Amino acid sequence: MEWITKNLPYLMAGISVGGQYALIAIGYTMVYGILRLINFAHGDIFMVAGLIMVYAVTVMPMPLAIVLVIAATVALGFFVERAAYKPLRSAPRMSVMISAIGVSYLLQNLALYITGGLSQQYPAIPWLSDTVTILGATTKRVTLVTPVLTVALVVVLVLLIKYTKIGMAMRAASRDFETSQLMGIKLNSVISMTFVIGSFLAAIGSMLYFTNYTGVTPTAGAMPGLKAFVAAVFGGIGSIPGAVIGAFIIGICENIIKGLGWTTFSDAFTFALLIVILIAKPTGLFGEKAIDKV
Amino acid sequence: MKKRILSVLLAAAMLSTLLAGCERKPEAAADGTGSADGNVVRIGVFEPASGDNGAGGKQETLGIQYANYVTPTVEIGGEEYTVQLDIVDNESSNDKAPSAAATLVSDGVSVVLGSYGSGVSIAGSDTFKEAGIPVIGVTCTNPQITEGNTHYFRICFLDPFQGTVLANFANDNFGAKKAYVLTKLGDDYSTGLGYYFTQAFEALGGEVVEETFQEGNSDFTSYITSAKNEGADVFFAPSSTEVAALLVEQAASQGLEIPLLAGDTWDSNVILNAAEGKNVDIYVSTFYQEGGDPEFDAGIKEWINSDSTAKANNGGDDTVSGLTVMGYDAYYVALEALKAAGSTDPAAVNEALWDVTYSGVSGDISFNEIGDANRDAAYIKHANTETGAWDFVAEQSVAQ
Repeated sequence: MEWITKNLPYLMAGISVGGQYALIAIGYTMVYGILRLINFAHGDIFMVAGLIMVYAVTVMPMPLAIVLVIAATVALGFFVERAAYKPLRSAPRMSVMISAIGVSYLLQNLALYITGGLSQQYPAIPWLSDTVTILGATTKRVTLVTPVLTVALVVVLVLLIKYTKIGMAMRAASRDFETSQLMGIKLNSVISMTFVIGSFLAAIGSMLYFTNYTGVTPTAGAMPGLKAFVAAVFGGIGSIPGAVIGAFIIGICENIIKGLGWTTFSDAFTFALLIVILIAKPTGLFGEKAIDKV
Repeated sequence: MKKRILSVLLAAAMLSTLLAGCERKPEAAADGTGSADGNVVRIGVFEPASGDNGAGGKQETLGIQYANYVTPTVEIGGEEYTVQLDIVDNESSNDKAPSAAATLVSDGVSVVLGSYGSGVSIAGSDTFKEAGIPVIGVTCTNPQITEGNTHYFRICFLDPFQGTVLANFANDNFGAKKAYVLTKLGDDYSTGLGYYFTQAFEALGGEVVEETFQEGNSDFTSYITSAKNEGADVFFAPSSTEVAALLVEQAASQGLEIPLLAGDTWDSNVILNAAEGKNVDIYVSTFYQEGGDPEFDAGIKEWINSDSTAKANNGGDDTVSGLTVMGYDAYYVALEALKAAGSTDPAAVNEALWDVTYSGVSGDISFNEIGDANRDAAYIKHANTETGAWDFVAEQSVAQ
């Protein structure tokens, strides 16, 4: 019993942070699946969602602020795609990647300009921020809610992709860009939908993440974004269940490493894991095999 | 066509935000109060305004600005000079610090004040050394800053002293036998103070568990769990205010019952705000306790409340941080040096600094042969989680 009380917090922290990485990782993996683009701005969209919340609660009640955060983040993701990626649709892939890096820096510097570079205190969301005790370990309720909510959202997303028309269009577009276009799929709306879903999940992820770790800085999205990206690659980029499982594995391992007292190596471990996976299984855990198209 | 215009606009916006980071505001020049005969002496302010240490850097700068507001002129060699503050942002980053320092050098400043954060001070030091410009460190406490050079001075106490004070305090007040020490990898201030605390605490017969965290980490739950599991009596976390706010919040939500101990960086209303209404026990060592000089307190509070930018830079209220007081004193030390030098030539100011003595708000200031201030006392404060203010605990000194 005492052993559980002592070690449960590590596991809980791992599962909770894994869930938050998962919500961001889905955004990376879906965009990659369709556009073959690593959207470097995704972590910063996550950070902007946090900032919007900080400013929104000063002028409106919490439920309204939550709705606004989701709406504004989705709109931001949509406009970023329209303004920075769509005009480059036929350009070499590298140009789009550079454009994504540009957007990432733009968002970070805008945030720096608006906040003045100081850490902003994230507001406490009632119920989620309450302290609870389970099996003798004290934590915030959000820690328990995160994995449940993450899994629920992923199930909904997988169903959406499997059984709806837009989902079918997404799958088609990820298989073959040109052919799906020939079959009458409106590629632009499919791609926009991908960004909308990714940004929506990033907004939810930001609420869960910042409720636990309450400081929002212009670079707050960089580390979670990077870890989520590693999770997406780890699970096999392009695969949604892969990204989620990868994120949970990384979150849990990271915290167990810290629990063992090797705190200095917790980040090193994450990235070493990535290298090992890439050597042993270049397509990741659930990645599809690369097929040479003729 | 529309797309092309949009992309050009976006590119322009991107460029302008990049430049926004470099924008500087020479303070006194803009308001047109420069003396008629154009006698101007420039004092460089080398402080972080963004990044990890932005909040602290801003509070320190605030003290310098207030001092400049109170005393905008200085008499050098029988002539009246207007003091112009030249403020640069070193972004709390060791690789940005040298270029911020180079800006001050090319602006032709006579003396530099700063920086908050030992890492950036060390990183910028060589640039000033090559240009022959003296620097007065305000609250950078790492011993390496002034060691082995003749241009860097400082008016605050050092980490070996501060670490010992805190270790003694932990031992005397809590009878602590085991301390959990959490430091940031690659941060000269954090690892330095952690090291000296560990040395002093072990010398007192205590046991230390040391752990580190990385840049960009915001998840401290596992560290707090480890501290609990180790059965530590105190949690010592010398770190930036940004990390402090996260740590305090997570310690409270995980019900950490042992006292949190930290150094001078935590003397900030960021910590008070994070701790307010929560069940946490925070003690810090610092340079000044509000109420030490009522006249000064009243004056600076009035100034902060009258200026909305100053208030925002102070974290939105008028709590007087020890950092602000040190900034204020540093400005007057610089003026004393300029007066003694009788010239605005950096080399003359450097020479004059060795013999400067000044009675400041934070105590008497004079320099020893290394360029460090002779200080033998630190204040210990406790965060009152009900009133959101600092309570004075003790004035602690160490037998040298």
